[in-house]
Amino acid sequence: MSTQGTRIEEKLYQNRYVVDAGKPHIKVRDHDIPSPALKSLVTACPASCYSLNEQGRVEIVADGCMECGTCRVVCAATGEVEWNYPRGGYGVLFKFG
Amino acid sequence: MATIEERFDAIVVGAGPAGNAAAYTMAKAGLKVLQLERGEYPGSKNVQGAILYADALEKIIPDFREDAPLERHVIEQRIWMMDDTSHTGMHYRSEDFNEEKPNRYTIIRAQFDRWFSSKVREAGGIVLCETTVAELVKDTKGHVIGVLTDRHGGPLLADVVVMAEGVNGLVGQRAGLRDELKPQAVALAVKEMHFLPQEVVESRFNLSGDAGVVIEAMGAVSKGMVGTGFLYTNRESISVGIGCIVEDLAKSGVTPYSLLDQFKAHPSIAPLIAGAEVKEYAAHLIPEGGFRSMPAIYGGGWVVTGDAAHLVNSVHREGSNLAMTSGRIAAETIIWLKRRREPCSFDNLAEYRKRLEASFVLKDMRKYQKIPGLLHNNRQLLNLYPRMLSGVAQSWLRVDGKAKRSKETEIFKAVRKQRGLVGLVADGLRLARAWR
Ligand SMILES: Cc1cc2nc3c(=O)[nH]c(=O)nc-3n(C[C@H](O)[C@H](O)[C@H](O)COP(=O)(O)OP(=O)(O)OC[C@H]3O[C@@H](n4cnc5c(N)ncnc54)[C@H](O)[C@@H]3O)c2cc1C
Repeated sequence: MSTQGTRIEEKLYQNRYVVDAGKPHIKVRDHDIPSPALKSLVTACPASCYSLNEQGRVEIVADGCMECGTCRVVCAATGEVEWNYPRGGYGVLFKFG
Repeated sequence: MATIEERFDAIVVGAGPAGNAAAYTMAKAGLKVLQLERGEYPGSKNVQGAILYADALEKIIPDFREDAPLERHVIEQRIWMMDDTSHTGMHYRSEDFNEEKPNRYTIIRAQFDRWFSSKVREAGGIVLCETTVAELVKDTKGHVIGVLTDRHGGPLLADVVVMAEGVNGLVGQRAGLRDELKPQAVALAVKEMHFLPQEVVESRFNLSGDAGVVIEAMGAVSKGMVGTGFLYTNRESISVGIGCIVEDLAKSGVTPYSLLDQFKAHPSIAPLIAGAEVKEYAAHLIPEGGFRSMPAIYGGGWVVTGDAAHLVNSVHREGSNLAMTSGRIAAETIIWLKRRREPCSFDNLAEYRKRLEASFVLKDMRKYQKIPGLLHNNRQLLNLYPRMLSGVAQSWLRVDGKAKRSKETEIFKAVRKQRGLVGLVADGLRLARAWR
């Protein structure tokens, strides 16, 4: 099985979420050039929430986020990621865990 | 916004195994306990393999087997060292594990946590879900006196706050009680739930009744990173997952989900889950820095338990039992102080640390304190050796007209070429020294 063959969207589709519309719990700080740590989130995030845009900046869409904390830990030293838990009751909802 | 005017004996942050153990123990002893959980229900944010170690729970709820949602009791453990096409296995299966009170069970965390939480309520604890604790409230001397949440206007007050908030531990971190996790001290694990008819699970693993098998896998599956894979049998599903140290993962450029898919596609794993329906994909961190990554675990008006205190024994894949035991011991310490009418001050709560040191929890944490560093600096232990073992086994087993003596020489040469005699001896010594 090839690395590229993995469809993360299909995996996340199985999960249940209660999205807090308009209140993302994770933000990427404004930047011109992302640090290597921030860039690594494009692959390291298990929900593939991070992507590189045409300007070479890192963007986040946190809808599929499983609230693991990896991005906060990876970018702790650079401070490029602002991370909070979603409001109580919102976010991912594991049926099995 | 709701306000709660009462004052509590204890506030517990989090309803995982650590928080539930603490809240249950205190509520049962008659303390006024408030437990806060950010998920819609206890367990909705939690992920585990999951193996439950009965002993830790038995010490809290002796008759848990009567109604706890248990999947299978474990009668067989497999440890697989893998290269790309093979595994070298060490299996232990025993009829002795089919006992009246089995020692290890597979569980499904979202269901288990809900059950445990129902016991907290039965014991008289107040459990509020959908409530995220935002910060700790301190008095002018820095003594913790309560918490602020995202649901209640004013602070909620208590004599002591038990932090059982899990690995991310933002409440304690933001109060300056502990540092941010280090990328080399946490693993990211991803996991899927694969559903199959019960008979299929049983026939694939040679099982009957409630018996189950667990597999731990290392080697090529972690692609050169420090990590392990696992596969556990539940009643009518199989939990499959893999975890790697976050620092390694970020450097590798490998996505966690492709790592999982490649593990699932390994010829030793694929047939075990073939045809299953996947119903969930989950991700969670595991604190794997060991004893040397532990933060302070008590202070004026607060204690920390479970993953938030970095209490995981990654060598033995134990976490939930350390969480429950630390939760129970924290609770017993608080009950003891209450009965003596003594305050939960910094000095008095040192008793929690003392009791934890006397238990298996800190004894095991101390025993393996050198292991995370050893693996960090010696990745060959997890990557080269499984491959080497496979090479040895394969040339030994193939019957190809070569004389056995020349085969032995060949094997020995191949091993020396891959690591060298000095390297082999050094690895052995390093491991022995870290293990002691
Ligand atoms: C993939 C995987 C496999 C594992 N396998 C095993 C295994 O087989 N056996 C084993 O023993 N251990 C295993 N572990 C480890 C085990 O899951 C943990 O050690 C254990 O869950 C720790 O319990 P805890 O109560 O400390 O934390 P958690 O279970 O994480 O519970 C913390 C709780 O606090 C809540 N919370 C957090 N912050 C707040 C806040 N601010 N306000 C309100 N609530 C909050 C969370 O929602 C959560 O319910 C595994 C872990 C993973 C990720």
